[in-house]
Amino acid sequence: MSDINSNIPEGELTSKWTKYKSSVPLVNPSNKRTIEVIIVGSGLAGASAAATLAEMGYKVKCFCFQDSPRRAHSIAAQGGINAAKNYQNDGDSVYRLFYDTIKGGDYRAREANVHRLAEVSANIIDQCVAQGVPLAREYGGLLDNRSFGGTQVQRTFYAAGQTGQQLLLGAYSALERQIGMGKVEMYTRHEMLEVVKIDGKARGIIARNLITGEIERHFGHAVVLGTGGYGNVFYLSTNAMGSNVTAAWKAHKQGAYFANPCYTQIHPTCIPVSGDHQSKLTLMSESLRNDGRIWVPKKKDDNRKASEIPEDERDYYLERRYPAFGNLVPRDVASRAAKERCDAGYGVGASKLAVYLDFKANTERYGKIEASKAGNHNPDKETCMRLGTAVIKEKYGNLFDMYAQITGENPYETPMRIYPAVHYTMGGLWVDYNLMTSVPGLYCTGEANFSDHGANRLGASALMQGLADGYFVLPYTIGAYLSKEISVKAIPTDHPAFAEAEERAVGILNTLINIKGTKSVDHFHKRLGNIMWEKCGMARNEKGLKEAIEEIRALRHEFWSDVRVPGTADELNTELEKAGRVADFIELGELMCIDALNRNESCGGHFREEYQTEEGEALRDDENYAYVAAWEFKEGVNFELHKEELKFENIKVAQRSYK
Amino acid sequence: MSTGNMNLTLKVWRQKNNNAKGALVDYKLADISPDMSFLEMFDVLNEQLINKGEEPVVFDHDCREGICGMCSMFINGRPHGPKDLVTTCQLHMRSFKDGDTIVVEPWRAAAFPVVKDLTVDRSAFDRVIAAGGFISVNTGNAQDANNLPIPKMQADAAFEAAACIGCGACVATCKNASAMLFVSAKISQLALLPQGQPERYRRVQSMVAQMDAEGFGNCTNTGACEAECPKGISLENIARMNRDFASAKFISEETV
Repeated sequence: MSDINSNIPEGELTSKWTKYKSSVPLVNPSNKRTIEVIIVGSGLAGASAAATLAEMGYKVKCFCFQDSPRRAHSIAAQGGINAAKNYQNDGDSVYRLFYDTIKGGDYRAREANVHRLAEVSANIIDQCVAQGVPLAREYGGLLDNRSFGGTQVQRTFYAAGQTGQQLLLGAYSALERQIGMGKVEMYTRHEMLEVVKIDGKARGIIARNLITGEIERHFGHAVVLGTGGYGNVFYLSTNAMGSNVTAAWKAHKQGAYFANPCYTQIHPTCIPVSGDHQSKLTLMSESLRNDGRIWVPKKKDDNRKASEIPEDERDYYLERRYPAFGNLVPRDVASRAAKERCDAGYGVGASKLAVYLDFKANTERYGKIEASKAGNHNPDKETCMRLGTAVIKEKYGNLFDMYAQITGENPYETPMRIYPAVHYTMGGLWVDYNLMTSVPGLYCTGEANFSDHGANRLGASALMQGLADGYFVLPYTIGAYLSKEISVKAIPTDHPAFAEAEERAVGILNTLINIKGTKSVDHFHKRLGNIMWEKCGMARNEKGLKEAIEEIRALRHEFWSDVRVPGTADELNTELEKAGRVADFIELGELMCIDALNRNESCGGHFREEYQTEEGEALRDDENYAYVAAWEFKEGVNFELHKEELKFENIKVAQRSYK
Repeated sequence: MSTGNMNLTLKVWRQKNNNAKGALVDYKLADISPDMSFLEMFDVLNEQLINKGEEPVVFDHDCREGICGMCSMFINGRPHGPKDLVTTCQLHMRSFKDGDTIVVEPWRAAAFPVVKDLTVDRSAFDRVIAAGGFISVNTGNAQDANNLPIPKMQADAAFEAAACIGCGACVATCKNASAMLFVSAKISQLALLPQGQPERYRRVQSMVAQMDAEGFGNCTNTGACEAECPKGISLENIARMNRDFASAKFISEETV
């Protein structure tokens, strides 16, 4: 069934990576000095790869659109990073992390990639601690862990609610060290606008200096995209305002297949939308589900305050439906369950599009423990709440503060109101086992690729994958390609292929400036987001998707005839930057709907209303859809489907159950 | 588009580019909702400017959840505005009153030149980090993480220093445009951890040298940086840095 080759090494699953590493061709140190690698993106996947490749001796150029590599959106990851360390002695192992990830992804990820991810997970923690990343510790001085959704062990390492920040600052410091040593040339406030291909191989990029508007040509023996996810296609998401698909999409248009674009993760615990002015949504970390219980009133349209609803009139629906995992079911399951309750009329808050996340029970429990540590074995409720609040504050203080700041409510006193929001995209550029796209010499790492999370990513696995790719996988696998490129001299950037690529990029910029239409870029972005959320969001159906495709096509035509971009292309022009990104989101949105329409099953984050069990759970069709859908771009915004069959040789494929 | 009822007058710094002369420009805004963030209020302003055929105000922003450190407005004389411990993106309009006049300027410091409107160039911070804000450990050289127990208090103190988001509010508010709070936070994080010891004194010297080379001013202990820091980074870090810097002259045989 497969018509694309994933280049998975032969042999036993557990020894594939070890054998691969020992037999992959190497590049000798003197050759590394003349080989240039371009890395686009400076988040966990980009910065870690840039630093590591430079340490190994390659000449590296790294690009980011922000004013500093430290601001990449990995910085905003809150909860934690998984690793199969088994420090808690709760039976964790590489196999269990592998198994949980495959199952969590609803059996739509590649076994070999996921096993490799689980294998290197432990090295990541070691590396980060060595860099001085201050992960949370216990009083004995050893590292602390907490639980995340979809697992029954405690394997999540964390730094308060700022794990992404601390890990990124670790990778950033490693990157800055190489910059200081002159081994990485850093280009901040630069946006990649084209991939340059010569004789079918990726040989460089066209980038725009966002300050001066200058168009630059950069050569590389290989190009790596670590440019993050495309959640902003929905306009409202937990992504940063600048997060975009442009680099990946330009690569796609140059021949890189785009895999499983319809797999998007809707995170169950975000702060609900407060009005039309909303520009982005804010996540409340999944780690809160360790200590927060999710509930809605048992009565429909109950307008009482949370505190006035007695215990026996509350429906802890996750605990009711999924007793084994309770509040810690995977994200896709928790999100759909919240939507189901709200759609049925049990939602809370002014919009009725929210459920409660309540910390009271666990605050009291912690208080009891603290009191008993202090010798008080019969504390009153007030003492318990006071002592327990201090514990909750230490664990989640920054999240509670953020919630209070945004909503104007005090979450220590009233339960949080939360609702699902777009958070992460499992789909991305198709890559083989080497993390190489279908364009030779063009690699893709981190959230930007599709490889490890199947149809649903488990919490605390994004940081793990980004750093695994950048520190421990790509630096090996790219050698397999570069070892054959040692005789290729740096290609001068006056080569016709660079000129052609530059012409394409400049053509788009000039077109956008010259439309001089009547509506702002945001106007189109919001309309696109609305179509995507309503018809390709948490639940999809054939009719809606077909409508969405037509609406998006019409929107694309309207955009290209009526968008208004003030200013010029030869200056700092944030509207022009946004316009280019939204143009790409519109094309991607169409592909997402096409992919969702093609996949006549429900799996993980992709829920087609036509395909569900009697209990409303996702119903897969393994016979017909156990494949990666890799789409090839064709002239005139058309797409051709290629299939990579997923073979499960080590895990028994089953209906996912968290009951 | 907005649903609120606040009317505001904004005085916003407009400057075409680094070479151009800038000035405060007045804008009137109506129907602002108190639930909007400060940046969402700017989104409304920009949408109006675009619809009128004018150029929108350029300002730095990205995550809009207070962690990336990109947003950087000097609001009514205070970096990140009137509330303590929040960034501009987490400041909400309920912190203002109907009828208010709000003055918005960029960070001002010789080491942070204005790029356009409210956007400044903070790359000096990156160069200070590149000078020594790291532990020299290549990928693949680490021992098992739990082979190195670190007392919780020490780890927590390092974390508190590491919580700096590099926004530059400390520089913007300091009358000397000193970067000591930023620099000392990184130095402290690494000096508090056993992994940071081998390079401790070399690091403090090279980072301070780079800080001076960038044109940041000196510290005169007014404490404005600590008061305005959205992450509550403590002045103690500056004391620790100064101690290490002085010690380096006696203890270390290395010269940078």
